[in-house]
Amino acid sequence: MAHTVVRDKPAVAAGPPKKAGRLPRAAVHHPWWFALPAVVVFAGFFLLPNLLNFYYPFTNWSSYHADIAFTGLDNFRTIADDGSLLRAIRTTLLYALLAALFQNGFGLVLALLLEDDSRFNRFFRAVFFLPVLISALATGYVFRALLDQDGAVNSVLGTDIPWLGSTTWTLVVVTLIHGWKWMGLAMLIYLAGLKGIPGDMLEAARMDGAGPWRTFWSVRWPMLAPAVTFNVTTALIGSMNTFDIVQATTAGGPAASTEVFNIYMFRIFGQGLYAQASAMSLILFLVVVAVAIPLVVGLRRREQTL
Amino acid sequence: MTATWRYGRPALVVLLAGLAVGVPLWLVAVTSAKPQAEAIEPNLDLPRHWQPGDNYADAVSQGEMLRGFLNSLLVVVPSVILVLILGAGAAWVFARRKSKLVSAAYALCISGLLLPPAVITIVMELRQLGLANTRPGMIAVYTGMYLSTSIFFMTGFIRAIPMELEEAARIDGASPHRIFWRIVLPLLRPVIATATIMVMLYAWSDVFYAFFVLGGGERATLPLNLYQVASAQLYLNNWHLVFAYVVVMSLPMVAVFLVGQRKIVSGITSGAVK
Repeated sequence: MAHTVVRDKPAVAAGPPKKAGRLPRAAVHHPWWFALPAVVVFAGFFLLPNLLNFYYPFTNWSSYHADIAFTGLDNFRTIADDGSLLRAIRTTLLYALLAALFQNGFGLVLALLLEDDSRFNRFFRAVFFLPVLISALATGYVFRALLDQDGAVNSVLGTDIPWLGSTTWTLVVVTLIHGWKWMGLAMLIYLAGLKGIPGDMLEAARMDGAGPWRTFWSVRWPMLAPAVTFNVTTALIGSMNTFDIVQATTAGGPAASTEVFNIYMFRIFGQGLYAQASAMSLILFLVVVAVAIPLVVGLRRREQTL
Repeated sequence: MTATWRYGRPALVVLLAGLAVGVPLWLVAVTSAKPQAEAIEPNLDLPRHWQPGDNYADAVSQGEMLRGFLNSLLVVVPSVILVLILGAGAAWVFARRKSKLVSAAYALCISGLLLPPAVITIVMELRQLGLANTRPGMIAVYTGMYLSTSIFFMTGFIRAIPMELEEAARIDGASPHRIFWRIVLPLLRPVIATATIMVMLYAWSDVFYAFFVLGGGERATLPLNLYQVASAQLYLNNWHLVFAYVVVMSLPMVAVFLVGQRKIVSGITSGAVK
């Protein structure tokens, strides 16, 4: 990456010889080297590791070997055969889908409830934004204390439900927590979207006799399309990278039913099986790309047709 | 709108806020003031015996809180500054120059918005560079991770600033260097405020990447220490210490938010919906 930018310079300077004044205006006024440090750091510490991630999964890199040898598809065969590959993909996709649904659902409802700019509403917007400020790890511990079998929720309700102990429903509970943590951010973005709707458009709808329900579906919801695009994309992609909340509430359990990619990588890396963790990391990369590209294209197209 | 809605809406808002935000925060507050015996089964009762002082003092000493606080500051602050300055420089070039190469470089630089960081091979690379378990390594990783976000938001912002401002300064003989520091950066203030908060928030809370890059020990940040406090005592359920820790760790972010609330809110919302 850095190289392509560097190569740009002689190409630009080569045309008119010697005199700096003869350089194209853009090159003089906005010299490329202002971008260089950012490009170097990004290429070096983000892109390069992702490129290396296409090599190390095919090796036996681990804490048990002194040197690293090429082993082909061994690591992928291992994670496919022990079932962890499919489980991680399924769990992560389900987690992302549910987390995005809850985060956006809560955020949109809050935005609609707190739409008008009153003092009361501004105060409560700040209240609902508080969870965003608390670290995800801390959020996880708070909810573990609430939802433990001898925790606060069961003691208030007088029940004995293992909220974090079901192999079917715990994933849903954890994604609800994820939605809780990020609903404040989604709310702010929906509020901005709502504010961007021209007042006379709503006025016209009211004049035509549309009720609040009809106005929402025919006017506001379509006008919210850019906010939906942003929120759904960031929520889906961000929650595929989840770790803290899951680690703090269930650590991947019960019976690995909440073991998303990052939890698996963390566990396997801790066992010293670096290449195997790297293989899972490569799969995560491919899954994110496979979800992100159609998602962004599709949502952009939806904005244009609405 | 109908009368039931006029009174129903505020009531609903208060009820939701109380249940969804009030209850968890109340649990944290009361548990952090209880003795261990009362906190083993966390509930919403007021402490029968109040000992917040002891708990917070224990959390500070057992959780190595002061060291963690310093460690967090030493990686988060440089990362934020680098993300902002490097991002602004790149965004300026990307926003103002038009060529296929520049758009390609821009597209590549914002790919980090979607792509996940390859955390396992980052460890490999840092080991070979001699940066594993060091603060410069952590700073480089955070900077690489969040540059895309800042470049994306700043490029959009600079495109909306009229060129005339820069041109006027140029006619007065200002160098690109001077224009960048004196005109572009000050104009970027609203985005800088938002980017600062978002990057600070993510880096301050991060535990996943810190695990791989810093590990435990000497250079552990606050979230790493919290994790150690909570996992070391998993079977004792020392909730009173965990929550004292949570309170102290969250306060700086809440304070930052309260100070910059208006800027943060307007910055987040204006950048997102375009």
